[in-house]
Amino acid sequence: MKRNLFWLAIALLAAAVYFGLLVTIGDQYLHADLSLGLPVVARTLVAFLGGLAAVVILLIADDFSNLSRPKALGIAGVVFLLIGSYFGLFVAPPEQFMGETQRIMYVHVPTAWFALVAMTLAFAAAVVFLFGGNHDWDARLEASIEVGVVLAFLLCCQGAIWAKPTWGVWWDWDPRLTTTAVLLFAFLGILALRKFVDDPHRRAMWSAVATIIAYVDVPIVYFSVKWWNSLHQQQSSPNTVSKPFWIPLRANAFGILLLMMAFIMLRSRITALRLKHELAPPPALDEAELGEAV
Amino acid sequence: MATSADVDAKNLARRYGRRWALADVSFTLPGGAVLMVAGPNGSGKSTLLRTLSTAVRPDGGSARIGGFDVVREREDVRKLVALLSHASYLYDSLTAKQNLAVVADHLGRSRSNIDALLDRVALGRRADDTVATFSAGMRKRLSFARVLLQEPRVAMLDEPYGQLDPEGFVLVEDVVRELKAGGTTVIMATHQLARASAIADEAMLLEAGRVAWRGKASEVPC
Amino acid sequence: MLIAALRKELLLQWRSRAQFMAVFVFGAAALLLFSFAVGPVAEMLRQFSAGFLWLGLLLSSTLTLAESFHAEMENRALEGLLLLPANPRALYYGKAIANWLQLILLGIALVPVMVILYDAGTTRVGSLIIVIALGTAGLSAPGTLYAAMTAQVRSKQTLLPLLLFPLIVPALLASVKATSLIILGDPMNQSSAWIILLVAFDAIYWSLCGLLFGRVVEE
Repeated sequence: MKRNLFWLAIALLAAAVYFGLLVTIGDQYLHADLSLGLPVVARTLVAFLGGLAAVVILLIADDFSNLSRPKALGIAGVVFLLIGSYFGLFVAPPEQFMGETQRIMYVHVPTAWFALVAMTLAFAAAVVFLFGGNHDWDARLEASIEVGVVLAFLLCCQGAIWAKPTWGVWWDWDPRLTTTAVLLFAFLGILALRKFVDDPHRRAMWSAVATIIAYVDVPIVYFSVKWWNSLHQQQSSPNTVSKPFWIPLRANAFGILLLMMAFIMLRSRITALRLKHELAPPPALDEAELGEAV
Repeated sequence: MATSADVDAKNLARRYGRRWALADVSFTLPGGAVLMVAGPNGSGKSTLLRTLSTAVRPDGGSARIGGFDVVREREDVRKLVALLSHASYLYDSLTAKQNLAVVADHLGRSRSNIDALLDRVALGRRADDTVATFSAGMRKRLSFARVLLQEPRVAMLDEPYGQLDPEGFVLVEDVVRELKAGGTTVIMATHQLARASAIADEAMLLEAGRVAWRGKASEVPC
Repeated sequence: MLIAALRKELLLQWRSRAQFMAVFVFGAAALLLFSFAVGPVAEMLRQFSAGFLWLGLLLSSTLTLAESFHAEMENRALEGLLLLPANPRALYYGKAIANWLQLILLGIALVPVMVILYDAGTTRVGSLIIVIALGTAGLSAPGTLYAAMTAQVRSKQTLLPLLLFPLIVPALLASVKATSLIILGDPMNQSSAWIILLVAFDAIYWSLCGLLFGRVVEE
């Protein structure tokens, strides 16, 4: 992608990190006011929008040519995860009611956000492909679905790990988690579909259609499971984390965001290369005389 | 009565997996003419007809039928063209008459011609038998009736002589002459060089997805 | 053209009514097998009867849906229709409505089996039929689309359930709940919420799949 766009995305991310994370660290540990006068709400908004804008730019502008940029993003992501893990495991105090098991929330909550973001990116790629027919978006679709599937799977594992010591059962039918499980199966099905279709045009078209259908279902599944569950048990899933514990949450959020984008960019590149091979134009007359197209 | 539509193909290409069934086919055909397309097995004859009739999209090049582009104006092309394919397009569990009725209904036409058409292709006595009981030759005749029912301006016939008996051969030639008399453009892919060159105006030889030779039907060596 | 498509579909279905019998027997056998999973405990069977009915119906629907495209693919008849030209949307709705009707019939036919095996009778027959109609509509819309897709690839048998089952979870939940309330009693009148969910699901998917069908059957 163009250097300018990439650095714009980095700048937006830097702003997001600054207002979302560094200000809070400065506030709590350095006793310095780094907020530049912005109130809390505005800071959160900037962090959120900045991150989102960066994700969108990285997705749209990437032309799959540069390997070192996504790798750099990935390394940065790992660094953020390490910071978040350190704060989450050793610095943050245990929670009032749940004790140590609550610490998994620091990675569980961001994973949940970005599983949904990845699926949304897949939906966007599907829609763009359907209207334009540009196979770059099919590459992005496949990458987003795979990354989304991995995140959804991790989410279900984290949910089970949390549920066992807390409720005594591996699965507590929490609406969000159950929706994620259904989503996981739906998108795994789409990946399976891709394996069974050889023609690249058909494969792209069908995956886009199936992705749109599956994504539209997400809110419906959520509400239906919520009503279904609410008749039986009243449970709270403590997801709200009070102020002192924002740091590990946000550090992990940035970490997962960076890793997600890194993997999507790298994976898109692999698919794009394969598509380029599958969609190559007919050989010139001399090559054809040698036999079949290579 | 159909009036004619001309055919214009430029650098048509179509692949199946790694194989280019059509690599680079260009030709023009004036409206109302009959073109025979010959070539060895696997030379791309069927793919050419399927691409021109919009059953498949070309992977390269372009084509216009009656002025309409086969990719961008697919619906308009389909209104002009009828394809006699390798696949019969028939429902095995329905009778001959019902199969034609389905086509007539979808075209918004009346069903009154169906009996006459079935007689025309010598299936009048089997009109109420299910297609599952038909031989390959009879299915071909029914597929012919299906094409005629559509009253096309361009008829694309893929191996029209295939599976037919000698009377069937005569039927094919009668039908083609009739279509031509009505101004319909006809493209037929065939191995029956001698018989086809007697009713065709122009000829084309395909080899490995490319045009190897193009000329008048009278010049075809056979 | 929708009428033309529907006429053809009903004619084809009438011709293959033996197939319907076979699917019904499959569904009834499934209901029998479910009871083996629970054991001959009348009260428990009655509790789960709605779930069993809908699971049996769901499994049978994969057979019906896959079969509905069999005739279209064996001689490429669907391509033949599209080339006439026929409007893909009309073809979709014709097929989806025909499948829906067949599934309603299947559901109604399985009710007596459920009543007998699980002692799950009810006097609210009208409500039950409405729920069956709405629930099977939810199966038929995406099911017809996916059946069209999977009929064109190898391994069609595994791919259709794989794609369909996660998608119809809301319809399944709502149908089971609503049916269960009809059979076991609905003191707090909760079933209206589930009916609304079914109607919403059906409305969304009948329109969405109709729009997308063209993309799925064209080369």
